[in-house]
Amino acid sequence: MSGADNAIEVRDLFVGNGDLTAVQGVSFTIPAGGRMGLVGESGSGKSMTALGIMGLLPAGWHVRGSVRHDGVDLVGQSDRQMSKRRGRTISMVFQDPLSALDPVRRVGRQVTSILRRHLDLSAAEAERQALDLFAQINLPEPARILRAYPHELSGGQRQRIMIAMALACYPQLIIADEPTTALDVTVQKQVLRILDAAVRERGSALLMITHNLPIIAAICDSVAVMYAGRIVEAGPVAQVFRTPRHRYTQGLLRSQPTMDNISFDAGARLPAIPGMVPPLTDLPPGCPFHPRCAAASALCRTRMPPFEGAPHGAACWHPADGAGEAP
Amino acid sequence: MALYIFRRLAFFLGALVASSVAIFLLIRAAGGNVAAIVLGRDASPDAIDALATEYGLDRPLAVQYLDWIGGMLSGDLGRSFRTNESVTDLVTSRLEVSIPLALMGLTLGLLIAIPAGIFAARNAGRPSGAFVGLLSQVGIAVPVFWAGILLSLLFGVHLGWLPTGGWTPWSVDPVQALRSLVLPVLSLGTILGAVMTRYVRSAVLDVMNQDYVRTARASGMTASQALLQVGLRNAALPIVTVIGLQMAELIGGTVIIEMVFSLPGLARMILANVAAREVIVVQSTVMLIIVFVIFVNFLIDMAYALLDPRTRRGR
Ligand SMILES: Nc1ncnc2c1ncn2[C@@H]1O[C@H](COP(=O)(O)OP(=O)(O)OP(=O)(O)O)[C@@H](O)[C@H]1O
Ligand code: SF4
Ligand SMILES: [Mg+2]
Repeated sequence: MSGADNAIEVRDLFVGNGDLTAVQGVSFTIPAGGRMGLVGESGSGKSMTALGIMGLLPAGWHVRGSVRHDGVDLVGQSDRQMSKRRGRTISMVFQDPLSALDPVRRVGRQVTSILRRHLDLSAAEAERQALDLFAQINLPEPARILRAYPHELSGGQRQRIMIAMALACYPQLIIADEPTTALDVTVQKQVLRILDAAVRERGSALLMITHNLPIIAAICDSVAVMYAGRIVEAGPVAQVFRTPRHRYTQGLLRSQPTMDNISFDAGARLPAIPGMVPPLTDLPPGCPFHPRCAAASALCRTRMPPFEGAPHGAACWHPADGAGEAP
Repeated sequence: MALYIFRRLAFFLGALVASSVAIFLLIRAAGGNVAAIVLGRDASPDAIDALATEYGLDRPLAVQYLDWIGGMLSGDLGRSFRTNESVTDLVTSRLEVSIPLALMGLTLGLLIAIPAGIFAARNAGRPSGAFVGLLSQVGIAVPVFWAGILLSLLFGVHLGWLPTGGWTPWSVDPVQALRSLVLPVLSLGTILGAVMTRYVRSAVLDVMNQDYVRTARASGMTASQALLQVGLRNAALPIVTVIGLQMAELIGGTVIIEMVFSLPGLARMILANVAAREVIVVQSTVMLIIVFVIFVNFLIDMAYALLDPRTRRGR
């Protein structure tokens, strides 16, 4: 695949702060218009991966590796160069729309300022386009919402504004970091459907970060599973979810309700993966999942398994399909 | 918005009433028999009674209070027991020193603190930011009177550029009046600036870590643009609050600076009148300062309403 066909190619991405390394050599590619899900337990480095790509890491954090996008390597670009891309060729939707919107500026201004900055529109033209955008994302009374402040809107409305901001300039790639987690269950589906439709209409690629596997099954074509800063399994959604290879992915799938294991029995609980994600400062040697893995062998405890087997690859010495070394 | 203004206004008036009652009662309680105190230990009972009758001190407290407040509202701050001078006249001649001193000191403090605080926040964790932080710490540790004395030694005594004390009224020579204020304002302003730098720095640091600043960057602003266009507008809220909190520092500093530079301001007048047991003069001028402080806080509430749309819905 040549670079021009891909919305993004991430190679050996490291994100760290001093001795801490939150992301340890992550690689993936999303073709133009493709949709990849990124899953993993809390603290596995999903947000750090996204912020590293965007060049928006918190103070003190830095990124290593390469991120090819739109013909350039984003790693090493200056803040000024990145500012010309953010919101235009690559954009991001954050988890909590209340804290992510400026509380003292009208949401209309927040949307039109993006259009004016990147597309050089007049104030009137930007406002007209903002109203169009609001109609596309099903906001009622777009003219009123244009003049509203974030605190005057509902959570679902605010997140739709964030989506409008991310989509305003028809970016090649949209990164959505748990875009529905902060919302009421009742509006999650609606917001997701709007995001899905608007992304599809623009032909943008999507990197969807979530804990929610059904969301990925519904809207993504590929998925990468992260554990302790690494991608441990990746491949087409249908294959990974139907025949997971890595033991962690298996556990993750088993801990989620599906049509097969769903239970209306109030006392029944799905089997959670035992143990906890190791802290960054205290990663075990070998496969970082081994303290929690039922299939762990002596090999697992001492040597890091390599990532093998594209297009459906996994980093496991004893994958569930029996392709690796015998346990 | 209207509801918010109405509430703050009601609070403003309530605070005025409460503090005037408090001042009145405190001074009476501390003073005991006012006429006896004014005349001193050797005065005859007849003389004391005569003075009490003349100034209406024998009337019930409530009547005296209402009389005092009524006078204040119509611009009559009462009269001195000893000289019979109008307190209003006494105060006006002092305000032409104290008000420019306090306002210019505060302005200079802000002119120092806002850029220095932003600089220190943006360079947090770097030597340059730490250096500004250190300067601010030094400024906080130095007492105002010490800064005043050092500055007057340097610019007044050593270099001889500016007067080290004394006052020429504006009406006599405005340039000379201004010159007399340069060193006092510099001392007051730098110390206030040092104190406020710390607050501005932490307000800006706090805002820089907010999600909405990251969103501004995610939608195409550079880090500096996001800070200046989005961050500062939000940081203005805590900074305005700090100005209100600095009122005590400002008034205390003004008192000390008037002493150090022997300026005939309000502070020196109050102290002299406390010593002379001029109850009415002290009571009225202290009340005047309280009105000023409460009014500044009212203005700050109004600034909040302008700066923060969330306040306008009442809170
Ligand atoms: N601002 C920060 N300062 C220090 N450590 C941080 C910071 N943000 C994240 N980390 C650490 O970096 C690691 C990766 O965090 P990250 O936010 O990428 O996880 P995540 O996969 O997005 O988790 P979640 O599902 O909870 O959002 C975690 O161990 C976290 O503790
Ligand atoms: S490498 Fe070993 S410890 Fe790690 S997931 Fe595979 S089997 Fe389990
Ligand atoms: Mg996260």
